[in-house]
Amino acid sequence: MEIILAIVIGGLYAAGIYMMLRRSMVKLLIGLALLSHATNLLIFTAAGLTRGTPPILSEFEPGPSTPFADPLPQALILTAIVISLGVISFALAMAFRVYRTLGIDDLDKISPREKSE
Amino acid sequence: MTANILVLPLIIPLATAILTLVVRNNIEWQRRISLLGAGALLISSIVILATVNRHGILVLQIGNWEAPFGITFVADLFSAIMVTLTGIIGISIAFYSLGTIDREREAFGYHTFFHLLLMGVSGAFITGDIFNLYVWFEVMLMSSFVLLALGGRSKQIEGAAIYVTLNLISSALFLAAVGLLYGLVGTLNMADIARKMQLVAPPQSYPILTAVAMLFLIAFGIKSAVFPLFFWLPASYHTPPPAVSALFAGLLTKVGVYSLIRVFTLIFIHNLSFTHNLILIIAGFTMVTGVLGAIAQGEIRKILSFHIVSQIGYMIMGLAIFTPLALAGSVFYITHHIIVKTNLFLIGGFVEHLKGTGDLKKLGGLYRQRWVLGLLFLVPALSLAGIPPLSGFFAKLSLVQAGLSSQQYLIVAVSLAVSLLTLFSMTKIWNEVFWKPEPETVSGDDHLFSGSTTGVRTRWLTWLVPIGTLAAITILIGLGAGGVFSLALRAGEELMDPGGYIRAVFGG
Repeated sequence: MEIILAIVIGGLYAAGIYMMLRRSMVKLLIGLALLSHATNLLIFTAAGLTRGTPPILSEFEPGPSTPFADPLPQALILTAIVISLGVISFALAMAFRVYRTLGIDDLDKISPREKSE
Repeated sequence: MTANILVLPLIIPLATAILTLVVRNNIEWQRRISLLGAGALLISSIVILATVNRHGILVLQIGNWEAPFGITFVADLFSAIMVTLTGIIGISIAFYSLGTIDREREAFGYHTFFHLLLMGVSGAFITGDIFNLYVWFEVMLMSSFVLLALGGRSKQIEGAAIYVTLNLISSALFLAAVGLLYGLVGTLNMADIARKMQLVAPPQSYPILTAVAMLFLIAFGIKSAVFPLFFWLPASYHTPPPAVSALFAGLLTKVGVYSLIRVFTLIFIHNLSFTHNLILIIAGFTMVTGVLGAIAQGEIRKILSFHIVSQIGYMIMGLAIFTPLALAGSVFYITHHIIVKTNLFLIGGFVEHLKGTGDLKKLGGLYRQRWVLGLLFLVPALSLAGIPPLSGFFAKLSLVQAGLSSQQYLIVAVSLAVSLLTLFSMTKIWNEVFWKPEPETVSGDDHLFSGSTTGVRTRWLTWLVPIGTLAAITILIGLGAGGVFSLALRAGEELMDPGGYIRAVFGG
């Protein structure tokens, strides 16, 4: 299972970086989204995949029965997903603003204007 | 229960931000609340510094969850100094904003995001939890994105696009590094990570630890703009209004430097010969490329932006040499740099405000019209170059001493050469802006300030007070260098002794 996930994560990173290297601003944002998905899966995998019981204490048992799943990485991923939702939506709004003010979607055309000023 | 004061630098900006939202239709009240909030933040940060100075490291377990299960806030001397600097810069910029931020921006929440940014910065300095650090980074970044893009015409939006992209990549790397580190040590509390690394990490796990360390180095390196990851900074910092770029110049990259120092003194100290030598090389290149980049520029704030990069090199040079004296030098340097650099950006921004342009070719003769401003510019400019008796001299002196005593002669030579070039750059600005006769045709675009309706008299006060105060602090740090340095030295010793940090967090 780890191997499959590792391949998936690698693929997501590769696709994300490939998209970010394109010129289009929209593709850049798709790349960023893929990158954050890859990172979330990476946390999930790196923290160890456990097929087990939920880590919940009951009144009758002294401790959770082993092996139990580690809840912390999932909490981290949840937080990261929420943050990336906010960030990506901000970036989308900004890309739209760039398109509206400059009329371009091409990142290469942004920087030469910078230099010529 | 004195540790409870650690939440003040977070609660105060948050409350201020919310209150400015409540009165969002009334700009006068927004300004009053903003000033009041920034003042309260400064006072609380000074109280924290005084308490830490007297009682040692302050630790607060949030919700009374024992470490390492809950989130821990830790303020050692280094954190406390950084929070105090945040307070000083916060109030200066809040004051300066009154005269230079236009009503349009204020109506769209400038004050709100300004205080949210201060909250993010303070949070990053105080937290003792590595995932929490990530969250504070995001709080800070989101507000900085908004401040950078707010009310932007084309030039500003272009800068924002570059800034946002690079910072998002850095955040993704940081998060990946946190995840991998958690997989290796099974905890997120920085003190607990450090303890587990000391106790359990077997030598055969060093390569993977070093790989994770490199991920952190790249993530924080992008944020603190070190060589070769600094290109976003000069491309974006000169675009927003002066108050915002001064705020960014003073605080944001320093959060990256703070995190680098924290992580590479507390956690990744298993393979010093590799990691810290690499940081030393990076430090050298950062200094040189930054200062050379500055020489090629012809606009005030662009020159200053490249100098930020160059100065970051000095800060991580202290980290790389890794002795108490060197780290004290870093702490001293950061203190000096935050105040001086913010001040230079305030002055540069004000010159642009007066003349409608920051282009050195179009400026001149300002000394005749504004000699006070000219003299006030000289204080931070000479301090940045390291002229005694100003703060920069002592900051560089301690780094050079540390370098000499650990036989790092090459980096010392580089740092001295770079400070000569810095002096050259500063005299260039002085000559072009203040000294040479004013060119005949002055045509500039003053779109940055078009919406401003405040009277001339308020403007006069709003620039003189923050610039004058920061210049006075620069001189005071220079004159009282002994006291500041002994504080920095104690901070450096604390940083070199992760055991003390761990003991403080785990209570005994």
